[in-house]
Amino acid sequence: MSRLDVRKTYKLYIGGKFTRSESGRSYAVQSASGEFLANASMGSRKDVRDAVVAARGALGGWAGATAYNRGQVLYRVAEVLEGRRAQFIDEVGAGEGLSARAAGVVVDAAVDRLVWYAGWTDKIAQVLGNLNPVAGPFFNVSAPEPTGVVGVLAPQRSSLLGLVSVVAPVIATGNTAVVVTSAARPLPAVTFGEVLATSDVPGGVVNLITAQTAEVAPWLAAHRDVNAIDLTGVAGADGIDWGALEVAAADNVKRVLRPALDAGGAPVEPDWSADPGLTRLRAFVETKTVWHPKGL
Amino acid sequence: MTVSTAARTAQDLAAAAKDVLGVSRLTNHALTTWLHGLPGVDQVGCEARAASLGTRSIKTSAKAWAIDTAIGMIDLTTLEGSDTVGKVRSLCAKALVPDPLDPTTPRPAAVCVYGDMVATAKEALADSGIHVAAVATAFPSGRASVPVKLLDTRDAVKAGADEIDMVIDRGAFLSGDYLTVFNQIAEVKQACGDAHLKVIMETGELVTYDNVRRASYLSMLAGGDFIKTSTGKVSPAATLPVTLVMLEAVRDWRELTGVQVGVKPAGGIRTTKDAIKYLVMVNEIAGEDWLSPEWFRFGASSLLNDLLLQRQKLTTGAYSGPDYVTID
Repeated sequence: MSRLDVRKTYKLYIGGKFTRSESGRSYAVQSASGEFLANASMGSRKDVRDAVVAARGALGGWAGATAYNRGQVLYRVAEVLEGRRAQFIDEVGAGEGLSARAAGVVVDAAVDRLVWYAGWTDKIAQVLGNLNPVAGPFFNVSAPEPTGVVGVLAPQRSSLLGLVSVVAPVIATGNTAVVVTSAARPLPAVTFGEVLATSDVPGGVVNLITAQTAEVAPWLAAHRDVNAIDLTGVAGADGIDWGALEVAAADNVKRVLRPALDAGGAPVEPDWSADPGLTRLRAFVETKTVWHPKGL
Repeated sequence: MTVSTAARTAQDLAAAAKDVLGVSRLTNHALTTWLHGLPGVDQVGCEARAASLGTRSIKTSAKAWAIDTAIGMIDLTTLEGSDTVGKVRSLCAKALVPDPLDPTTPRPAAVCVYGDMVATAKEALADSGIHVAAVATAFPSGRASVPVKLLDTRDAVKAGADEIDMVIDRGAFLSGDYLTVFNQIAEVKQACGDAHLKVIMETGELVTYDNVRRASYLSMLAGGDFIKTSTGKVSPAATLPVTLVMLEAVRDWRELTGVQVGVKPAGGIRTTKDAIKYLVMVNEIAGEDWLSPEWFRFGASSLLNDLLLQRQKLTTGAYSGPDYVTID
């Protein structure tokens, strides 16, 4: 007798809890070759709203944690992610149409990327900060501080390495993130949510919404309690005008990280296997400069 | 509909109560017989009804109306030991201009403060038409002698309070001494003069819905212009089922005596969603006559900010955030 399949409908990850979409909607996720994989919740604008509230609530604690502590937590995320290596290889392989070996390379790269950003948490201030020479008896110190709540449109094609590459730099510097995952390949993001939930990341620091990017992105871009937005995920998303998103973001002077563009000016997804550099860490920090009287 | 705002003496109130009860002498026995003769509250049914009314979906233009109505019903409250003159002034400034980004925003009905802050609030609000409400009678516990309670009330009225929020003696109520509770309310009502009297029953301490119903009737009998759930200092504060019982009481009281009494849930109402649930209930249980600041109030402080955020969302089309309202 054959065993019945356990049909899965994955949930969103908001405020440290796995919730169904407020809208009650879900959609079928297919593999690269068109087979049914699982159902995912289809997030709505109200899920985005709830996620922003959760991210705002988590910001104080996360931004206030020591950089060293954030590094430890990110390293722990890498550990737990590696512990689920086999599951991620299956999901990345099915979603992106990769062989088990190629998927293994991607998963390992994602782990390495997390470890790399974990190392940066307590070093970024030395690189981006400075002791400024001033003409007076003062110490003049500039240091990077987190921007706040960052909306992230995660890449559409690279569902794990790309996701980790956009989320890790945001939270490494003390921001909290509201992430709209890849619409067609959301399953690695769902599992990544389970990794986050079991690896000391406080609830609300990363919120993952599986949704149609074009539907929820305008709400995230226009939300006045979001301080910055990363538009990476517009590349390859259906029916989305990233210029309009940037205009909406200007309403409350959000920081905007534009997508990479090809020669023709169309957004493209970058090569995630390349050295990430500091661009993404630098994109979501504010420089605070303090004057302090010098003693003897 | 007659409105019992006029000054009434304790003797008048006792005489009117005798008429309602149909007795020649107002004794504790007569009050007990009457109050315990009220039908009991079906706890499960009451909670189910409140929950089902909370599921109504209020959207778009109805929501806009509800938000503006709810803002107009707020008694903007600060009742902290740490209240300063500056804090009361800034609260009054907020009442005058709730949302500087949008001058069409309605103003709340009143500012509610401790008695010693009445003069400050009165000066800040001037002739804006926003009332000043003062809590009195040894708020929040009510544990003081009657002369102290009356003096507390007169002090606040003298300082210019338009409305007095008194607390009942829960100890007396729970031990069955209804006459004491009645007399205290009636005397405070007399001390209020022309000021409106809101009677705080502190439903969180009354334990049962039957007690809430009895306390509501007793408060109305003794001349309260409003019945109010809670001080906000005790948990649970206002809940939907408790407010439902009170709304039924004011509705039936008008049938019985022709006098309309207001209802004020206070404490724990923080979101627009909650406020709208209350409005739905007012409309369904008491009726449209109660859907005005004259007959229904919210005792709240943080609720106003949430209503303003929702209002901004409706006008601008984008979600707003706490950066766009004042910190209070």
